[in-house]
Amino acid sequence: MGLFEFFTRNRSGNVAKDRLKLLLVSDRANCSPEIMEAIKNDIIKVISRYMDVDTEALDIQITQTPSEDGKGAVPALFANIPIKDLKNGNPDK
Amino acid sequence: MSEVIVVTSGKGGVGKTTTSANLGTGLAMLGKRVVLIDTDIGLRNLDVVMGLENRIVYNLVDVIEGSCRLSQALIKDKRYPNLLLLPSAQTRDKSSVSPEQMKKLTDSLREDFDYVLLDCPAGIEQGFKNAIAGADRAIVVTTPEVSAIRDADRIIGLLEASGIGRIDLIVNRLRMDMVKRGDMMSIEDVVDILAVRLIGAVPDDEHIVISTNQGEPLAGSDSLAGQAYMNIARRVTGEEVPMLDLSAKGGFFSRLAGVFRKKQGGPHGTV
Repeated sequence: MGLFEFFTRNRSGNVAKDRLKLLLVSDRANCSPEIMEAIKNDIIKVISRYMDVDTEALDIQITQTPSEDGKGAVPALFANIPIKDLKNGNPDK
Repeated sequence: MSEVIVVTSGKGGVGKTTTSANLGTGLAMLGKRVVLIDTDIGLRNLDVVMGLENRIVYNLVDVIEGSCRLSQALIKDKRYPNLLLLPSAQTRDKSSVSPEQMKKLTDSLREDFDYVLLDCPAGIEQGFKNAIAGADRAIVVTTPEVSAIRDADRIIGLLEASGIGRIDLIVNRLRMDMVKRGDMMSIEDVVDILAVRLIGAVPDDEHIVISTNQGEPLAGSDSLAGQAYMNIARRVTGEEVPMLDLSAKGGFFSRLAGVFRKKQGGPHGTV
């Protein structure tokens, strides 16, 4: 990283650009809040069969992640699911 | 061959009406027959920016409802007889007009005009749908701000979905001093994010405020914004015009003044 880059990296123009890029990924994915809510509920339903999760703190969002060929970025669904209690992998318990 | 062009943005306050007025004026200065339609029913503004607010008798809704003939509602510009304005209605709402009626209206104007310019209201509801109904192409106006670009992206998606043939972008209110120190997204940044063709960039110029105060669009005037709008008008007609250097401080006379300032050791260097 050059000296110039070091000083310009965190300027608000770049901050704006980075924020926008993230924002537009989820906008363009065309996921309405209702769909996101439905995905969230379905994830809770499935995971809950195996472990006790904190449904209040559960957070899912669409972001970007570097693609496998390393050339660009692809949309990715990130889910942050806090576990309250592991049921030791027994769905019937 | 005539073209119907909608000027839109999604977000309000980014300069749609100013762009419409100046683009219309610029095209008229190039000798084109132009009609400007204010489609913002209930919040009419284009008449004020054009300085024609005292000449309104009939409006868009009167024409659509058949209360008057189209020719009765068209107002001739103060300076250019080949530039006409169809004002919007102030006391009605968006639902007074349907997309089908708008398309019929714009199609009927094709015969008499080279360019039909539609000033679109903010938002993506009825008013937007009315404005884009009869358009061949769209000019999306944005500013280098996160909120405006986000809305522009949404609008571009909707325009593409509606089958509009060509979409061009204007980046408005650029402050090159801020871009230079990294505190504003550059033209390249915005174009990179939105991935549409750039048709021009307009600097944040105080002459715009003055021209709006006076009700006289500044396209073609000596100011930097005036030159930028004139260039955009030329590009709309298909002419290849190189991008204006926006870091210059103004037109010839203001540049001249800038030279004197510099001699006196002023803070603004001209580029």
